[in-house]
Amino acid sequence: MALLEVDRLTVEFPTRRGVLRAIDDVSFDIAEGEVLGVVGESGAGKSLTGAAIIGLLEPPGRVAGGEIRLEGARIDNLSPERMRAIRGKRIGAIFQDPLTTLNPLYSIGRQLVETMQTHLPLSDRDARERAIKWLEEVGIPAARQRIDAYPHEFSGGMRQRVVIALALCAEPRLVIADEPTTALDVSIQAQIIALLKRITREHGTSVMLVTHDMGVIAETADRVAVMYAGRIAEIGPVRDVVKHPAHPYSEGLMGSIPSLEHRVERLRQIDGAMPRLTAIPAGCAFNPRCEKVMDRCRIDRPGLMDAGATRAACWLVGGAAS
Amino acid sequence: MSEAPVLEARGVTRDFDVSRPWLQRMLAREDKRTLRAVDDISFSIEKGTTLSLVGESGCGKSTVARLAVGLYAPSRGDIRFEGQPLSAARAQATLRRRMNMIFQDPYASLNPRWRVRDIVAEPIRAFSLLSSQKDIADRVAQLLTQVGLAGADGEKYPHEFSGGQRQRISIARALSSEPDFLVCDEPTSALDVSVQAQILNLMRDLQQRLGLTYLFISHNLAVVRHMSDRLGVMYLGRIVELGEGETLFRRARHPYMKLLLEAIPDLDMVGRGRTPVGGEVPSPIAPPLGCTFHPRCPLANDRCRTERPAQTKVDGVEVACHAVEEGRV
Repeated sequence: MALLEVDRLTVEFPTRRGVLRAIDDVSFDIAEGEVLGVVGESGAGKSLTGAAIIGLLEPPGRVAGGEIRLEGARIDNLSPERMRAIRGKRIGAIFQDPLTTLNPLYSIGRQLVETMQTHLPLSDRDARERAIKWLEEVGIPAARQRIDAYPHEFSGGMRQRVVIALALCAEPRLVIADEPTTALDVSIQAQIIALLKRITREHGTSVMLVTHDMGVIAETADRVAVMYAGRIAEIGPVRDVVKHPAHPYSEGLMGSIPSLEHRVERLRQIDGAMPRLTAIPAGCAFNPRCEKVMDRCRIDRPGLMDAGATRAACWLVGGAAS
Repeated sequence: MSEAPVLEARGVTRDFDVSRPWLQRMLAREDKRTLRAVDDISFSIEKGTTLSLVGESGCGKSTVARLAVGLYAPSRGDIRFEGQPLSAARAQATLRRRMNMIFQDPYASLNPRWRVRDIVAEPIRAFSLLSSQKDIADRVAQLLTQVGLAGADGEKYPHEFSGGQRQRISIARALSSEPDFLVCDEPTSALDVSVQAQILNLMRDLQQRLGLTYLFISHNLAVVRHMSDRLGVMYLGRIVELGEGETLFRRARHPYMKLLLEAIPDLDMVGRGRTPVGGEVPSPIAPPLGCTFHPRCPLANDRCRTERPAQTKVDGVEVACHAVEEGRV
């Protein structure tokens, strides 16, 4: 059984002009110890998917359909109190900006101790000792001296290390990392990614890594889900999605990223932009931008179909051939 | 002798006063504090080519962008536009209209209360390039078509456009004064990758068609590789390596450039690990002595800690590094 199963998840936002469907029939799972990358452009619904899983959808957004199961038990219909017990204890979260996660008025030690004592039966002294251990593990120099320092006394990279310690200190089974390195400079980004990879592997933690940076996914994730307009366009092992994408959108996305290894005269470009939620086209959401569009794409919405090593929501790989 | 470079900077330094207010300073008995954002840099850009400056946040690349169009005056050193001092060139409208700038944030750089046609026409009116309303309207429509929008889009307001389309409007505005030289400060950093590809392709098309010269500022090495003829790598206000772009990517010499190339995740990295380099960029208010990169450099020795390396030319590439100069690499 997979650790996390997301089954036909739909998230909606009621507005004055009707209901907007921000996540539309999304299904995937994450196995024990697996890193699943979720990639897409802004507005594709990748962060919302993460927020729905940890029960942090901003009202009026709501789960309108489908199920989310953690270790086989539903978590999408729990009361806020019971969800709070799961957050931190069984699912940790890392966000883009460490300053929104850390409380500026508490020392980092106090925040770690409080988080651990909320979820684990620990004495004050044990919790403090463990907090120091965690700070050492995430690479804060002189952790014993710095445990009583406040968030503003750390640099951006160091703060993100503290956030990782905070997300993992109650030893959750799953961590949702939403753009964990986007606010950081490249050389710091490399350090944080390496840390996240090492520490989750050592603790056997599963990771859902949400980012717009395909490079980060390519080197970190086991599998990747490509999202477009609130739907999964393609999901499969990273190597296959990067090297042999089956969905025309994944193909265009990979081609539009300038490469460091070689220079091309022209980048492959996908004309147009992702549709707004108010104007999602019928059929396949990508059809107005797709070079290989067929009549059927404008009418029928494709589900995920087997496309060799990956699964893609595209009539080219399924219906048209058969 | 060939014609003068479009832009030439020689020994340019820019300081900012970051002291606290006078009274507080007196009470705390503090000295004035200055931040040297740009420290003794030299480069030149030939007509029709792109020079890119790349570096992490706080390295001074945006300050260089502002210096290059005269928004800041250098504290020391000399910037020339086609051989003339920049300050003199800025004083003449005929020269001033020949340089323009494209900014990072297409949401902040367009006036939300103006129609697109007025935004694009503003430089035309400011420099009195065309007088009749009809000529201006025709020119605006032509500019909008040139950047891949419809002529009728001029009637709309900026909020009706997506980020990528807004950046096209910024480009149309920048082109409306018929410039030869464009300073582009992170023009695609706020955009999604598929839209970024559209904008980068458009910028290269326009460069070829109109013979534009670009100073391109970015933190993204892959984008820079795609765009540049020549490349300067900045660290804490200094250019540490400057040379032909492909040469630098194929054979980087400065340890910082090597670190950057090593640190960037790439699609070809599937399953491969990286060796992250430790340390962080020090504060530019109190930069380290000697080579500012020495605290993070695997090759640093006593000389690097005390003596500032000068730019030396190695195989056509200018490198400021003792280790390269001494052949320790």
